[in-house]
Amino acid sequence: MSRRFNIISAVRHSDRRGYLFVLPYVVFFLLFVAYPLVFSFLLIFHRWDIVTPMKWIGLRNFERLVSDPQFFRAMRNTFVFLLIHIPLQIVVALAFAMLLNTRGILRGFFRAVYFLPVVVSGVVVTILWQNLYSYDSGVLNSLLHLVGIGKVPWLIDPGVAMPSIAIMATWKNVGIYIVLFLIGLQNIPKEVYESASLDGAGPFSRFFRITLPMLNSTMTLIVALSTIGGFSLFIEPYVLTGGGPMQSTMSAMLYIYNQAFYFGHMGYAATLGIVFALVILAVVLLQRKVVEADAT
Amino acid sequence: MIRSMLKFSLLLAGAAIFAYPFLWMLAGSFKPELEINGLSLWSSQASLHNYEAVLTKIPIGRAFLNSVIVSLTTTASVVLFGSMVGYALARLRFAGSSLLTALILFTMMIPFQITLIPQYILMVKLGLTDTYVSLIAPTMMSAFSIVVFRQFFMTLPQALIDAARVDGCSELRILFLLIWPLSRAVILTVAILTFMASWNDVLWPLIVVRERTLMTMPQLVTIFVIGGEAESQLGMELAAATFLALPVVVAYAFFQRYFIESMTYTGIKG
Repeated sequence: MSRRFNIISAVRHSDRRGYLFVLPYVVFFLLFVAYPLVFSFLLIFHRWDIVTPMKWIGLRNFERLVSDPQFFRAMRNTFVFLLIHIPLQIVVALAFAMLLNTRGILRGFFRAVYFLPVVVSGVVVTILWQNLYSYDSGVLNSLLHLVGIGKVPWLIDPGVAMPSIAIMATWKNVGIYIVLFLIGLQNIPKEVYESASLDGAGPFSRFFRITLPMLNSTMTLIVALSTIGGFSLFIEPYVLTGGGPMQSTMSAMLYIYNQAFYFGHMGYAATLGIVFALVILAVVLLQRKVVEADAT
Repeated sequence: MIRSMLKFSLLLAGAAIFAYPFLWMLAGSFKPELEINGLSLWSSQASLHNYEAVLTKIPIGRAFLNSVIVSLTTTASVVLFGSMVGYALARLRFAGSSLLTALILFTMMIPFQITLIPQYILMVKLGLTDTYVSLIAPTMMSAFSIVVFRQFFMTLPQALIDAARVDGCSELRILFLLIWPLSRAVILTVAILTFMASWNDVLWPLIVVRERTLMTMPQLVTIFVIGGEAESQLGMELAAATFLALPVVVAYAFFQRYFIESMTYTGIKG
């Protein structure tokens, strides 16, 4: 009874100006979130190239999807990318964060330099790395030659190309994660380390027993962010390899893009988009479950 | 002592890894074609030739202007509407506000992969492809910015707002004249994140714009490089890439601290 009264009085005392303030967003939401969502679910039952009328085809898009080896290949490639990119990112970011989290000169300068690739367009980074990775005359192979190691077929070998893109993506994004780890490290109270040292804990046990556990929430955040970011891998293979060699760097996002905007298969692309989004949500939720189970 | 020397040299090596490729790009953009593929940053024959070639081949000045228009409009809009909605949700009581908040949080969880294609179709249906509107409209507001503003506005003392209301200020005046000046850091954060995302976005422009004179800078450079217009001339590619990188790097040089601190807000996205 009292709850109902509260609602009524809330409505009566409701601030009409509130509606005016949120109205633009409501319009925006209907146009660019709600409508696309609804339309997406309609689209998956249709064949459509935008130009000719839509054609209802029931579940044929799904039938096509389950027997589309190229899509599964693209999904596999995306997971290969994530499985290399995320661990590499965490290790590199944590290492640099720990180096930066010491007193000394130029720490702010170093942090700023490591962050530089983050602010620059992925297109710039990709053009750069295309040349660093060049087989015959690239900077990386020249350096390897100087130390007496043979040439690496960075973008030519189908088994190496995706790892190469993962390394490049790590170079581009690691600055964000260095900063996040640095914040996490600075939130660990100094006393914890001091008392551990008094108890005779060496640097290794301090790292594994204090640093890592205390960074748990940072780690969760970083895994979630880089998973979501990694799933949208597009511009790097688009510019660098076009998905090759032999489809080895065809990411799911690039495949969907090609289906929609290269072949004009809107219905099928929307179906792929929804399935892909569900996979992303499932992976992110699963990660959260695993982390929560770990924490208890 | 040895330990800190070791740490410093590792940090220095890191700086080289992150900075050298950019320096190499900058140096290469001034070099003649045959000299580029070396490790050296020095050239005896440095010239502006590559830049001249890029300027004559593609309308990069126009693309720069397009990018500026799109990014600045998007950023201004996100800050304006984000703060208005954030203020209403944090400080005005109206029926449905908690529902709207839930809806906004839900929006943040939707992967863009679902809405990308229908958004393009919407643009086609409205006849807006190849216009500035199509580049700007879908990113004019962001759930993320609303949440950031709402969280910050909730921390402001109620007495401050009450006092202004007693003085007869309208809510808009309260927001823009009283609260905005107190929110400089948050506004700058939202503005930087939005500007960076907008300036660097290339997927959406590739989808809705085919007209060369309307292309944004990253899009035009992408087309230039992969479309064969650069004729595999490395020097031209590097000059185009330098053009593209320069505005953001200059902005970064000025607002470096805010760029880096803004990243701490990305936690809200996860």
